[in-house]
Amino acid sequence: MRTRELTDHEGRATTRSMQGMAGMNGLKISAVAGLASLALSGCVTVEAPTEPIVIELNVNIRQEVIYRLAEDAGNTIEENADIF
Amino acid sequence: MGDFMTKRFTRAALFGAAFALAFGGIMAPASAQRDPAYASARAAGQIGEKMDGYIGIVGSETAELRRIVNDINIKRRAVYSQRAQANNATLEEYALTAGCQAILATSPGEKYQAPDGSWQTRTSAPPMRDSRCP
Repeated sequence: MRTRELTDHEGRATTRSMQGMAGMNGLKISAVAGLASLALSGCVTVEAPTEPIVIELNVNIRQEVIYRLAEDAGNTIEENADIF
Repeated sequence: MGDFMTKRFTRAALFGAAFALAFGGIMAPASAQRDPAYASARAAGQIGEKMDGYIGIVGSETAELRRIVNDINIKRRAVYSQRAQANNATLEEYALTAGCQAILATSPGEKYQAPDGSWQTRTSAPPMRDSRCP
């Protein structure tokens, strides 16, 4: 196939597009196979990794914010002792 | 004439300063102390510090406790909102930070909310706080 592609100038465009389609088909087949295997193994394994990552990010962002605000919040409590 | 006017102004200024000092002196301690009803409910463990920066009713709810808690929380929220804006933070972020500090500032015997949501009595040991607290 490769040698023919290099030598046969006329057929180059069609050969390429066909190859591309063949590649897509290969991908589709592997994707379908992947989905089928996931469906068989259960949805829990797909959902589990995505959720904790989001929560972890929130924790990290919030902690940074809390550290930044800590001093100001401490002063606010001292200055408003009647409501704390 | 000029001398007389200067004296008058000086006297007026001095009087104003003295008045402001006396007024401020009276006002400051009044606003710096807890309302007696709030202070006693807090000391009795009926009201506790929550993680979110507000106070809550620990045991069974009464109309009086609800009134005190709502009054304090509304005032806290106003302060948090103002300070959050000044620090480019959200109201929740600032309130949570204040909650960390307020729980840390509780006295032994007072109630506070632990990270699992349960009410705890503060001892001389450090309080159980959110892992994000400084």
